[in-house]
Amino acid sequence: LAKLSINDSEIEQSTIELNNILSLMAELGEIETDHVEPMAHPLEMSQRLREDVVSEANLSEEFQEIAPKTGKHHFLVPTVIE
Amino acid sequence: MKMHTLSVAELSKSLKSKEFSSVELTQHYLDRINRSDLNAFITVTDELALSQARVADAKLANGSGSVLTGIPFAHKDIFCTKGFKTSAGSKILDPFISPYDATLSHKLNTENMVMLGKTNMDEFAMGSANVTSYFGPVKNAWRSSRQKDLVPGGSSGGSAAAVSAGLALGSIGSDTGGSIRQPASFCGIVGMKPTYGRCSRWGMVAFASSLDQAGPMTKSVRDAAIMLQNMASFDPKDSTSVKSVIPNFELALTSNIKGLRVGIPKEYRLDGLSEEIKQLWQRGVDWLTQAEAIPVEISLPHTKYALPTYYIVAPAEASSNLARYDGVRYGLRETGQSLDEMYENTRGAGFGEEVRRRIMIGTYVLSAGYYDAYYVKAMKLRTLILKDFQEAFKSVDILLTPTAPSAAFAPGKKMDDPIQMYMNDVFTVPASLAGLPAMSIPSGLSDEGLPLGLHLIAKPFDEEMLFRFGGVMEEAADFNGSPPCFGI
Repeated sequence: LAKLSINDSEIEQSTIELNNILSLMAELGEIETDHVEPMAHPLEMSQRLREDVVSEANLSEEFQEIAPKTGKHHFLVPTVIE
Repeated sequence: MKMHTLSVAELSKSLKSKEFSSVELTQHYLDRINRSDLNAFITVTDELALSQARVADAKLANGSGSVLTGIPFAHKDIFCTKGFKTSAGSKILDPFISPYDATLSHKLNTENMVMLGKTNMDEFAMGSANVTSYFGPVKNAWRSSRQKDLVPGGSSGGSAAAVSAGLALGSIGSDTGGSIRQPASFCGIVGMKPTYGRCSRWGMVAFASSLDQAGPMTKSVRDAAIMLQNMASFDPKDSTSVKSVIPNFELALTSNIKGLRVGIPKEYRLDGLSEEIKQLWQRGVDWLTQAEAIPVEISLPHTKYALPTYYIVAPAEASSNLARYDGVRYGLRETGQSLDEMYENTRGAGFGEEVRRRIMIGTYVLSAGYYDAYYVKAMKLRTLILKDFQEAFKSVDILLTPTAPSAAFAPGKKMDDPIQMYMNDVFTVPASLAGLPAMSIPSGLSDEGLPLGLHLIAKPFDEEMLFRFGGVMEEAADFNGSPPCFGI
């Protein structure tokens, strides 16, 4: 899911560390929260909506310039469909 | 004269009265940066700085400058700056030259401030010792009595080291769980995290969007107030930016806290908290009592759950935010036979160990089978932590705690165990989870002669209360210590 390659040599150490972190998190199980609402916003605000109009300038050329591989108005990636 | 020993307010006066020019001041700082070996900067923007200084001098000459015109500052390398590398301390963004300015960088440019460069930081702001940067660790300018190298704290470690060593007058930093306040404490400077939504996050590389907030790192409380004045704004480009009244923060420095109530949260007296931190905290209470504020013991019952809650929420958001680094549109790309292999190789090579660890944790706690058990549970705890603060603020005006459980430590010592590292944030994380403004103020020296900070937490959008108390604490602490290299 995370799309990360990991060396075989790192797997063992990572597993130990991740399990330790997960056991720290398990402390939360001590607290009964059946009737608590999960927080949506720290200041209890809702996010603003805006009009659906273009607000950004078209910088496609600048964005193409800094891309690793591009074609004409598109980004190139390894073949997805043969 | 040692120009770098002056404050923003003092330098601004000197620039306006033409005691020296912004070009001279900027060159002075650039020379200091060049002589330093702290690795505080990833990029030094010397040509830009000098050209900005010349423009500032012209503005000052015709009398149109503001208080910040010509003042040399550093930007944490998390703020996008047009035409310059913005790496967030990561290999994956090493090739990234930002095509635009962050709102905050743009705002400071509009004031004709001078940008000296981009400061080093923990990779994607994930760390508390500035050792996870792809560009190498940062050294603290302070050294222990045994002359050992120490970490500057993190993640804004480069910014904190630069300000304390006199390599920049101040810096803009970012704070997710303590990344401004903890390094400020380790380096003996003032570090402030404003209320969530006070400063624009647009163009600031995202770590955990419900927690990230930019803030000033400065030599004094007054400088922090001047900076925040020019950083706070409503930004339509940031959907979490809040439209709020922006008071004159400097006017809050009244030295008068008579009759105000200071909450001392009893749950922050952790088992095993060192004697010197306890004493520092008590000294802080005494200073405020002498200034006729009223200390009150309060309870924040869910404090012990803040750290595990944070280490679910922040990695969850990070795993989502960092999904964008896929090697397609910008930054590093490694080759692969298939698209998936290209993603995996790019991200495997581009992210460091701590970032990969947090992406894996975040992905895990958000995955279908564990979402309720971890993520939803953590968000419920966040509600309880917020309610604790709301309850406390019914009877007090501000809270006083230590900033960090220790002074700066030597690299290597605590770093092998991620959980030991996470403990650095134990006092700063709760306010972050509740979106509250907070500030670390240098308040004394440890037994080893290292700076220690005290931490103030206020109600949402009540940064004035932080400045009001911060000013009193700063005066009482009379912290005029500086690291050995400062005077050079």
